Amino acid sequence: MPAVDETVERVKEIDVDKYKYGFTTDIESVKAPKGNEDIVRFISAKKDEPEWLLEWRLEAYRRWRTMREPTWAKVHYPKIDFEDLYYYAAPKSTEGPKSLAEVDPELLATYEKLGIPLKEQEVLAGVQGAPKVAVDAVFDSVSVVTTFREELAKAGVIFCSISEAVREHPELVKKYLGSVVPVTDNFYATLNSAVFSDGSFVYVPEGVRCPMELSTYFRINAENTGQFERTLIIADKGAYVSYLEGCTAPMRDENQLHAAVVELVALEDAEIKYSTVQNWYPGDAEGKGGVYNFVTKRGDCRGDRSKISWTQVETGSAITWKYPSCILRGHGSRGEFYSIAISNGYQQVDSGTKMIHLGRDTSSRIISKGIAAGYSDNTYRGLVSAHRKATNARNFTCCDSLLIGDKCGAHTIPYIEAKNASATFEHEATTSKISDDQLFYCLSRGLSEEEAVALIVNGFVRDVLQQLPMEFMAETQKLIGISLEGSVG
Amino acid sequence: MLEIKNLHATVDGREILKGLDLTVPAGEVHAIMGPNGSGKSTLSYVLAGKEDYEVTDGTITWKGENLLDMDPEERAAAGVFLAFQYPMEIPGVATMTFLRSAVNAVRKARGQEEFSTPDFLRIVKEKAKLLKIDMAMLRRPLNVGFSGGEKKRNEILQMSLLEPDLCILDETDSGLDIDALRIVSEGVNALRSPERSMLVITHYQRLLNYIVPDRVHVLSKGRVARSGGPELALELEKSGYADYGQDEASAA
Repeated sequence: MPAVDETVERVKEIDVDKYKYGFTTDIESVKAPKGNEDIVRFISAKKDEPEWLLEWRLEAYRRWRTMREPTWAKVHYPKIDFEDLYYYAAPKSTEGPKSLAEVDPELLATYEKLGIPLKEQEVLAGVQGAPKVAVDAVFDSVSVVTTFREELAKAGVIFCSISEAVREHPELVKKYLGSVVPVTDNFYATLNSAVFSDGSFVYVPEGVRCPMELSTYFRINAENTGQFERTLIIADKGAYVSYLEGCTAPMRDENQLHAAVVELVALEDAEIKYSTVQNWYPGDAEGKGGVYNFVTKRGDCRGDRSKISWTQVETGSAITWKYPSCILRGHGSRGEFYSIAISNGYQQVDSGTKMIHLGRDTSSRIISKGIAAGYSDNTYRGLVSAHRKATNARNFTCCDSLLIGDKCGAHTIPYIEAKNASATFEHEATTSKISDDQLFYCLSRGLSEEEAVALIVNGFVRDVLQQLPMEFMAETQKLIGISLEGSVG
Repeated sequence: MLEIKNLHATVDGREILKGLDLTVPAGEVHAIMGPNGSGKSTLSYVLAGKEDYEVTDGTITWKGENLLDMDPEERAAAGVFLAFQYPMEIPGVATMTFLRSAVNAVRKARGQEEFSTPDFLRIVKEKAKLLKIDMAMLRRPLNVGFSGGEKKRNEILQMSLLEPDLCILDETDSGLDIDALRIVSEGVNALRSPERSMLVITHYQRLLNYIVPDRVHVLSKGRVARSGGPELALELEKSGYADYGQDEASAA
């Protein structure tokens, strides 16, 4: 497999810290004051927001002051001082770039290093027939550029930063913001509601199949900041959209907080496919630094026969706390969750999904592949529930864990609740180890240990890899190889 | 040329090989026979470099170099190939993908150019045909759900693709019916050449009707107890291994 060879080459190119995105960009930034309601007012004013949104934020902020951090997840970390955190950092020169020409060249260089094709002409000049991907790039807290907008606009698709959507499409934002993840939902979601800075907004009108992949790249750069982005995607009746988010951060000794909220709304017969490749900085070999990724993602299959599919590849972050969920409200709606979660070093992952069956004939499918190496802990936590009225609800769950070495842990915590006797829920789970015999077999065929592990792991996660958009499959295979560097021997 | 001198090896602290001497010149096929527990498989694992097999004394020289200094993947690059008695399954990895990764890894280590996809496909097709391997089999995950015959043919396919100079066949005949045995043997015979040495480990004489060895060695209690020409195998077929005893450790 060429991807494996490439992986190995990439791995060799990477220095001891192994994190290829570990550069920082020297850009002056504006930070919000720390500590009180002024933060919220500052952010809102900075973005020139309407009164209703400021009120919405303030309500969330007041609510948040009364809430406590959740402690039920199987993760351990020193207490975060929320008073001493910068909640907003924006590159100074980018107060509303109108075109790529106005964007700080340092920023563009950063995205170039990340391999993100921001310049449309470059993409267009690429191989004929190469798929186009529209990109919204979010740097620290602010969306810096969105590509292919005109072409999308022709199809009636709105793809822009959420700040822009607040200005340009307030009726849509007002109608859907907080309708899937309410302001009061949980500690981090509430905090996000108060201080969210930017993120992506997508609206696909009735009957439209979005003509290209949409993609957002998030990058945390500034020190001591939290990144609180807010993503809102609405697929109107019969619409289809596929969306991918990618995430990286520089190496920092101190932990960076990332608390995003993603809301998806699928109306009748609509389908949303949401993929994530998350590679925030995981911390160094001793477990120092890294991103705390405390994210709330939820999709609402609001219309009948609608479908929401989550695919996630989680390789980064010191701590991941994330449960992309589906509320299967519409009759005959379907939710899917495909996950690859890799932990190495001292990473801690507590991730999974919730499938809430409310409507009749709703179905869901969960395929989770957890890979633990080094000293890491990898937990799958999932809830499947059928409401009293969810006649004929069906779920299939398969949770496989793979252990590499004998210092790591894999845990599976499924919650299953059926309040309707006609529900059919299936749950399968396996835990396996890469055996010495498998490794030796590969070595005796000339593969190095890293190549062998990457090959075996890529085989293990194949079912899920196949769910990713084609363009990102190869990249993801490489990422898996890189993440597991140094996991054996 | 392979030269083994006074080889002592232990597994889990138990000594299995106890002063084994063996020389296989280039171009020759040597058969290793012997009762269960005499150290046949241990010898093959020691040659391939398996981790838990500790060499406590003696030397193995391969083409003038100290084989024991090399990691398993370096041995593969140096032309050592072990056809496993029990090939491992790797779920989710297409056999073709595995073959290509292995071939390119070895070629790279040998300073050869990696195959392009069409070139590789052409070569695999050619070699697979000889072993009556269906291309559909190569799309299945490596060894998963393969029959005994499919697994062994797949081993020989790997052998022909990796172009080794020392082929070690560990009980390749076990679990094969007569047709599969013939196909596999033909595949092995096709690889015989003046540069290539082969070590054919087997419990039964049957395989040696198809792969006719230049020399036959009988292992007993971790040493070569007797050596001779192909006729020695026939003799053993009649008399059995009674004269060579079973090692105390033969239960394994």
